[in-house]
Amino acid sequence: MRTLNFNIFRHSPRDPASVPRMERYAVEESQGMTLFMALNLIAEDQAPDLAFDFVCRAGICGSCAMLINGRPGLACRTLTEHLPSQITLMPLPTFELIADLSVNTGKWMRAMSERLQTWVHLQDEPNPDRIEARMEPELAEQIYELDRCVECGCCVTACGTARMREDFVGAVGINKIARFRLDPRDMRKDADYYEVIGDDDGVFGCMTLLGCHDVCPKNLPLQTQIAFIRRKMALGK
Amino acid sequence: MKLIHTDVLVIGGGLAGLRTAVGTKRRGLDTIVLSLVPPKRSHSVAAQGGMQASLGNCVKGDGDNEDVHFLDTVKGSDWGCDQIVARMFAHLAPKAVRELSGWGVPWSRVHRGVREVVINSKKETLVEIDAAHGLISARDFGGTKKWRTCYTSDGTGHAMLYTVSDRAIAEGIPVHERKEAIALIHDGARCQGAVVRDLITGELIAYTAQATVIATGGYGRIYGVSTNAIINDGMGLAIALETGVAKLANLEAVQFHPTAIVPAGILVTEGCRGDGGLLRDADGYRFMPDYEPEKKELASRDVVSRRMAEHMRKGKGIKGRFGEHLWLDITVLGRAHIEKNLREVKEICEAFLGIDPAEHWIPVRPTQHYSMGGVRTNYRGASPWLQGLFSCGEAACWDMHGFNRLGGNSVAETVVAGMLIGEYVADFCNSPEGKLDVSNALATEFVTREQTKLQRIVDSNGTENPVTIRKRMEQVMMEKVGLFRNGTDLEAAVEELTELLRRSYRVGVRRRHLAANPELVFAYRLPRMLKIALGVAMGALQRTESRGAHAREDFPERNDRDWLKRTLFSWSDTTAEQPTLEYEALDVQTMEIPPDFRGYGIDLRIEHPDTATRKTQITEMTATLQQDNKNRHAIQEQLMPFKHLLPECYRGNNKRLREV
Repeated sequence: MRTLNFNIFRHSPRDPASVPRMERYAVEESQGMTLFMALNLIAEDQAPDLAFDFVCRAGICGSCAMLINGRPGLACRTLTEHLPSQITLMPLPTFELIADLSVNTGKWMRAMSERLQTWVHLQDEPNPDRIEARMEPELAEQIYELDRCVECGCCVTACGTARMREDFVGAVGINKIARFRLDPRDMRKDADYYEVIGDDDGVFGCMTLLGCHDVCPKNLPLQTQIAFIRRKMALGK
Repeated sequence: MKLIHTDVLVIGGGLAGLRTAVGTKRRGLDTIVLSLVPPKRSHSVAAQGGMQASLGNCVKGDGDNEDVHFLDTVKGSDWGCDQIVARMFAHLAPKAVRELSGWGVPWSRVHRGVREVVINSKKETLVEIDAAHGLISARDFGGTKKWRTCYTSDGTGHAMLYTVSDRAIAEGIPVHERKEAIALIHDGARCQGAVVRDLITGELIAYTAQATVIATGGYGRIYGVSTNAIINDGMGLAIALETGVAKLANLEAVQFHPTAIVPAGILVTEGCRGDGGLLRDADGYRFMPDYEPEKKELASRDVVSRRMAEHMRKGKGIKGRFGEHLWLDITVLGRAHIEKNLREVKEICEAFLGIDPAEHWIPVRPTQHYSMGGVRTNYRGASPWLQGLFSCGEAACWDMHGFNRLGGNSVAETVVAGMLIGEYVADFCNSPEGKLDVSNALATEFVTREQTKLQRIVDSNGTENPVTIRKRMEQVMMEKVGLFRNGTDLEAAVEELTELLRRSYRVGVRRRHLAANPELVFAYRLPRMLKIALGVAMGALQRTESRGAHAREDFPERNDRDWLKRTLFSWSDTTAEQPTLEYEALDVQTMEIPPDFRGYGIDLRIEHPDTATRKTQITEMTATLQQDNKNRHAIQEQLMPFKHLLPECYRGNNKRLREV
């Protein structure tokens, strides 16, 4: 087993004395070690104030996205055996830094949701006593395919436009519009979607660099969805 | 001091908390949700296999209804549940699925015509009727008579949580993220809100509210290996206990899930077995039919977990670097099925084990999974001892699961409880006793008290290391308060946990500041976790019987005569070293289904003196009502009336495809 040499970004923006810096930690690798396990060891033995975010530690909740040797990914399901012995960890850029590896994706995602209104716009509240409205089984599967996004923020970090345009909704936002557009329960029409996404902060801001598609940990079909929504929005207006 | 007032304060942004908030907000009450993490990251998201609701749309759900779901739930609980609550739950579950369907959950649907399934390791053909096409489908789960578990592939919790969280955004409900409630504000009789710590700045804020709802999930993280998210450390229960007024219940009822992967302890869904997956031993032999010939791999969770442990004790486990395990074989289901209906399982196997489950068996063993115990409430989610305090979801013990919960019943409980408790909380706030003159002095006193406690930790010259103590607690729970329990180990556990609690007050932290400081968080949570752990161990030691997930090797029989009761925990004396335990009897005379044999293994029961009388009474009443041609609703109403307790909006009968 190797000794892993971690190089980790440290900074607490709320502490006036804090200066952004990189700090080094050495960890003995063990079989099946993930970055979740390694970071906890570092926090236990070497850096008790190291800030990072894990919740499910199973690749399901999207909390722990960070730059792993420069590439956005979920730390909890990254096995160290797939990495070289030098491991550099940085917080996701494009999100507000809380401290060290912890960023405020929650605040960003809520703002995006409010702006794009990422919920089913109902005609009527469902009557829960009645038999539910039918849906084609294949359509339910297609909706779920797009619904699998975990709002981890990797796609936003990997996005060229998001670096230049602070208000760009990112692939996460465009994919959500694609998801609701597919859903017959949502009463909105293309003209309504155009209102929230038909500008340079929306689907027309995308420069088709498609870093989003390459890094999505859920392998969502972002490339296809962005192209599709752009076409629909361009045609619809 | 920062002070925020709201009508309803919901602590916890998972499914139970968010659904409660939607309910109270719709009733016109200002509602704030506090969450440790962005709400879509809550542990609800990790529910995979599905939620139980007796829709009866698919052919294997034919004949299902609330009565069957209720019976399965009561049996599953080993008769430890509150049958009124279980009835309310079974009645609401179809409404919850249908409401979520309207709000946007992409439930998997029934496809008309022929389909191939795997049942008992054989391929079978099912034919779905035309009339069911496009309605919500269901899969098989453990301990159920029908295929009742509604699902979205194996990302059911994710789909539900995203829909409900987005619904909360649509309703304009503020969620204050990265906030932790560290104490409840109360005057000994009335809860007035909570002292809340901002996990980013370290600031303490007083949130005052007419009603405070604890929906913080379970306490699995007191165990060293758990399927729970790392935030499930029982803090909501601990702050209720620390009021000295509110009580917790049934802490010793802890569920172990049969199939968590080894060594990471990550869950792979019961849907694997529901869809036809098998358990195999070191010889590749399918052993469950030998132990449970009828239900096999789909016996109740507590039963399967114990059978697996028994089989490993016989030397049939696979010995590995991280201890023994058994195999879960889903290769029999075929790649197409796995890639459509078990895709999270596939991702987990690829990422954490480096295997393709369509080709290789998955190493699994029973692992801590669910907390049946929680903040004791009545069916309205209200604490009987501290007015204005409510609780729902896994954090609560209202008590629908008794000593073992069925797979698919917890994610269902979250939304059902949210629907109900949201209404009851709103009723309370609109009633005369719900009115509250907030005392700023009281809020200030509590904030100051908490500030002092934190300062004391930061200033402490204590030499105890919080990490060492916590690891020892986790180990004690694993080794001595696990799947099988005995008096000797439990006594040792109680003794050691008491000592660990003493030591936890002498911890020191290396970074001596009150702002965002992960080590400080670790240190102040530690005594609270130990109080819960101690409760679990003491409850388990005193309960000299085996019921559901609580299995005493020295007391293998289920003893209804002495133990058909709920354990209550309180901590009224702050200087005490242990909680006070007392017991609340379940009333056999009011049960719709009197205690009976659960149907697993051999019948080891000591009967309650009222059981025989009640059984006769129920049989005679049912016969008479059937003679009078009463339908099932009318009969049920006579045996154990519950509908009058429901909010009026939820009293209607559930429509079904096949039920006239």
